[in-house]
Amino acid sequence: MSFREEHELHKRRFGRNLGVALVLLSFIVIVFGLTVVKVTRGDYEPENASIQRGQ
Amino acid sequence: MSDASINTQAGTGDAEFGDYFALLKPRVMSLVVFTAAVGLLAAPGSVHPFVAFCAILFIAVGGGASGALNMWYDADIDRVMKRTQSRPIPAGKVTEGEALAFGVALSGFSVVMLGLAANWMAAGLLAFTIFFYVVIYTMWLKRWTPQNIVIGGAAGAFPPMIGWAVVTGGVSIESVLMFTLTFMWTPPHFWALCLFMKSDYKDAGVPMLHVTHGRRVTRNHILVYTLLLAIVAIGMGFTDVGGPIYLTTALVLNALFVLGAFAIWRRDEAASEADDYAREKGFFKLSLLYLFLHFGAILAEVALAPYGLGGW
Repeated sequence: MSFREEHELHKRRFGRNLGVALVLLSFIVIVFGLTVVKVTRGDYEPENASIQRGQ
Repeated sequence: MSDASINTQAGTGDAEFGDYFALLKPRVMSLVVFTAAVGLLAAPGSVHPFVAFCAILFIAVGGGASGALNMWYDADIDRVMKRTQSRPIPAGKVTEGEALAFGVALSGFSVVMLGLAANWMAAGLLAFTIFFYVVIYTMWLKRWTPQNIVIGGAAGAFPPMIGWAVVTGGVSIESVLMFTLTFMWTPPHFWALCLFMKSDYKDAGVPMLHVTHGRRVTRNHILVYTLLLAIVAIGMGFTDVGGPIYLTTALVLNALFVLGAFAIWRRDEAASEADDYAREKGFFKLSLLYLFLHFGAILAEVALAPYGLGGW
């Protein structure tokens, strides 16, 4: 049982909050994905890293 | 806070999520996404698919941010014009301040994220695009000169160049030609719309060509720009992004487009009003298909290249 009557305004706010939550979650996924791609491709290795490893 | 204290008036920070999304001009954004994706895929070289996805996303967000800033600055015009009265600000769903903050925040976010995800050349081009659309077109040209659409069209033409720069980190003749295609396409596309939008722009005090120089001059301009566009569009078929599929598509579409422009040029207002601007409306619809199919043909050349069918 609801303690107070649901107003149309609450529905709008819920929709907006849900949208913002999904956008933020998507942003986390994007930053994480970009980090994985860049690290695995060696984008952030120093230029002489392969020389130091003796390759 | 009790329910009694809630202000249910629109524009009080209680807009729906979709109202903020509408500030990004989703229809324009779809064109930005498509042309940027074609620029990215047609460029020599490659990027990781996830980086490509993120780059297109940030270009789209940047394009949307400039749309939000345009709606903030043009709210007074949007309230007058029938075509734009249902936008979030004139409809009272979002305040002008919210649109400004939203646009500025997303502009900065999209440029920085594109720089980090791809490269700073692409990010610089995106920043310039936003600046061009908001400051040069919206704040300056739109209310000042009937050439507003001609010069301002550059803003909508940058996305394929940005997509190209994501892969190559630079600018080349092919990316400039893709820019020129959209740039030259914008004036006849918009002026055809102006011819059948009647008094909307006049009521809003926007000095569009048909308002300042009349409809006869606008019809002349549509024909001239369409002929110039045809030269660019067909000429692009002989470059590295062209090929037999593109050239065939360009020849057919430009023949139809020039015929359409010629039909508009031959008509006068009496003839147009007699059939409720059927030719002008048809030309406008064709212009949407025109741009989509040109970029689609470039994409087809790229997709078929591995099988020895695309490109020259």
